[in-house]
Amino acid sequence: MLKDITIGQYFPGQSILHEMDPRMKIVLTTVYIIMLFAASNPLGLCVSIPFLVLAYGVSRIPAVMILRSLKPVLPIIIFTSLLNMFFIDGQVLWQLGFLKITLQGLTTAIVMSIRILFLIAGTSLLTYTTSPIALTDGIERLFSPLKRLKLPVHELAMMMTIALRFIPTLVEETDKIMSAQKARGADMESGGLTRRAKALIPILIPLFVSAFRRADELALAMECRCYRGGEGRTRMKQLKIHSRDIFCAIFVGVCFAAVIAINLWAPVVLTMR
Amino acid sequence: MIAIKAQELTYTYSVGTPFEKTAVDHINLEIEQGEFVGVIGHTGSGKSTLIQHFNGLLKPTSGKIYINGTDLWAEDTVRRAYRVKVGLVCQYPEFRLFEETVYKDIAFGPGNMGLSPAEIDQRVRQAAAAVGLKPKTLDSSPFELSGGQKRRVAIAGVLAMEPDILILDEPTAGLDPKGREQILSLIKAYHKQRRNTILLVSHSMEDIAKYAKKVLVLSKAGVVMYDDVANVFSRAKEIEKIGLSVPQITRVFELLRDQGYPVSDSIYTLEYAKQELLRMLEERGVPHA
Ligand SMILES: Nc1ncnc2c1ncn2[C@@H]1O[C@H](COP(=O)(O)OP(=O)(O)OP(=O)(O)O)[C@@H](O)[C@H]1O
Ligand SMILES: [Mg+2]
Repeated sequence: MLKDITIGQYFPGQSILHEMDPRMKIVLTTVYIIMLFAASNPLGLCVSIPFLVLAYGVSRIPAVMILRSLKPVLPIIIFTSLLNMFFIDGQVLWQLGFLKITLQGLTTAIVMSIRILFLIAGTSLLTYTTSPIALTDGIERLFSPLKRLKLPVHELAMMMTIALRFIPTLVEETDKIMSAQKARGADMESGGLTRRAKALIPILIPLFVSAFRRADELALAMECRCYRGGEGRTRMKQLKIHSRDIFCAIFVGVCFAAVIAINLWAPVVLTMR
Repeated sequence: MIAIKAQELTYTYSVGTPFEKTAVDHINLEIEQGEFVGVIGHTGSGKSTLIQHFNGLLKPTSGKIYINGTDLWAEDTVRRAYRVKVGLVCQYPEFRLFEETVYKDIAFGPGNMGLSPAEIDQRVRQAAAAVGLKPKTLDSSPFELSGGQKRRVAIAGVLAMEPDILILDEPTAGLDPKGREQILSLIKAYHKQRRNTILLVSHSMEDIAKYAKKVLVLSKAGVVMYDDVANVFSRAKEIEKIGLSVPQITRVFELLRDQGYPVSDSIYTLEYAKQELLRMLEERGVPHA
């Protein structure tokens, strides 16, 4: 059950997506997100389909992983779709008392859901193909101009990596603690709300204790290896833009151009707000 | 009576991801009621995974598991009852303590069983005494104790449920020699007194040789041997081939045999070793005190 959470999980591999410069990946993911929201025409959204299929195909991430990453956001999608369906005015398709579904509401609901689904599927690809270390490296470099504004870019990036890195660890820890308490007869599946909330205590307390312990140990280990922030730190792996990065950038650029073109010239198939 | 029976038991972690890993592979096993079984196997051989099936924490990917003759995953089985019947002390149980006081923590298991307060109180005190905790420790916070004391509290928490089958996953890892000796003797005493089934996972062959009656050897997700201690350790060559060792004393006797001394091949504790040496010396007419 808990294992289904995959955010921040890296799938090692050797595809072109894995080997791309993390900075380029972050930029292109951002462009992809903008592209999704720029597409005011449903046809424009369809451009993302070949894009995603190709990206997942190239990266060799199994298709089940897409479904896994989508599972946690399903409730949000359903909720927003319902809101959109019932509360947007327009041409009435179906009515029951004060409830009515309009054509505009329906299309908006569908388009919004697709947008969120594509958003999650696309951005998960970034964390699936980029190791947390490469990811922060990229983030740090991208934001390094902000250091002039006295923003602690390195520290923020380091905090993010550690947070990302520890999500799976904490999930695993939670699983182990749950097993241990179940082995002592803890009942987590039945009972009312208060009983279930109470049943969480035996899990949360050891989890917090272990999280703090880990944080302590990690800090100590980092200090033992003379870590003292970003000042004057050099890198073993230098980031370089290769031809594959240019190639991918061009590909994303073409997709983006297609979306804009569709926005401007394609016939309006369905009206959206 | 057969306490634990596994039939073609298989468990695979993370099915359908690149991390797919079969940790228990078609295991067949029968463990008699009242047996004291040592479980050995190299790191990652699937020991922890296997024993988590015995109280229904893990659902087999395929195969069956029977406890006291009941199929754990049959539709009408109340699995929660078996979590109590089969007491499992997980690896590093001291990190799972959570209550304000040691007393309350030990009482968590019996409390979940729905026992009366008087019964709970009696069991908590009994279990605490069994693992060598002083009565005054019962009122302190479990987080203030040393690692070894925490471990005792955790073990007491399971003992207090008075399980028919007691499974301990490396209960002595990281303890000092005295602490190890104490905890294992307490478990042995508990076994003698109640005649219940005990499974002890350990990386110390000396401990297994000293306390267990039978040994289950796991390697690469499968069972390699399941036999009496003497029979298992007499197959030293095979055991070493799968990356484990036999007790030191067994190795000493193996070397003696290689040098042509007529000593037995099933020596695995100091006690036996002494007797065997004395016997040999006597046979040769060497005078000794
Ligand atoms: N939660 C998990 N998810 C994925 N794989 C796992 C998980 N737990 C264990 N494994 C894998 O299953 C295999 C068996 O693990 P298990 O913990 O049963 O070994 P073990 O014999 O208890 O080892 P140890 O002596 O180190 O405790 C290992 O290869 C391990 O990597
Ligand atoms: Mg283990």
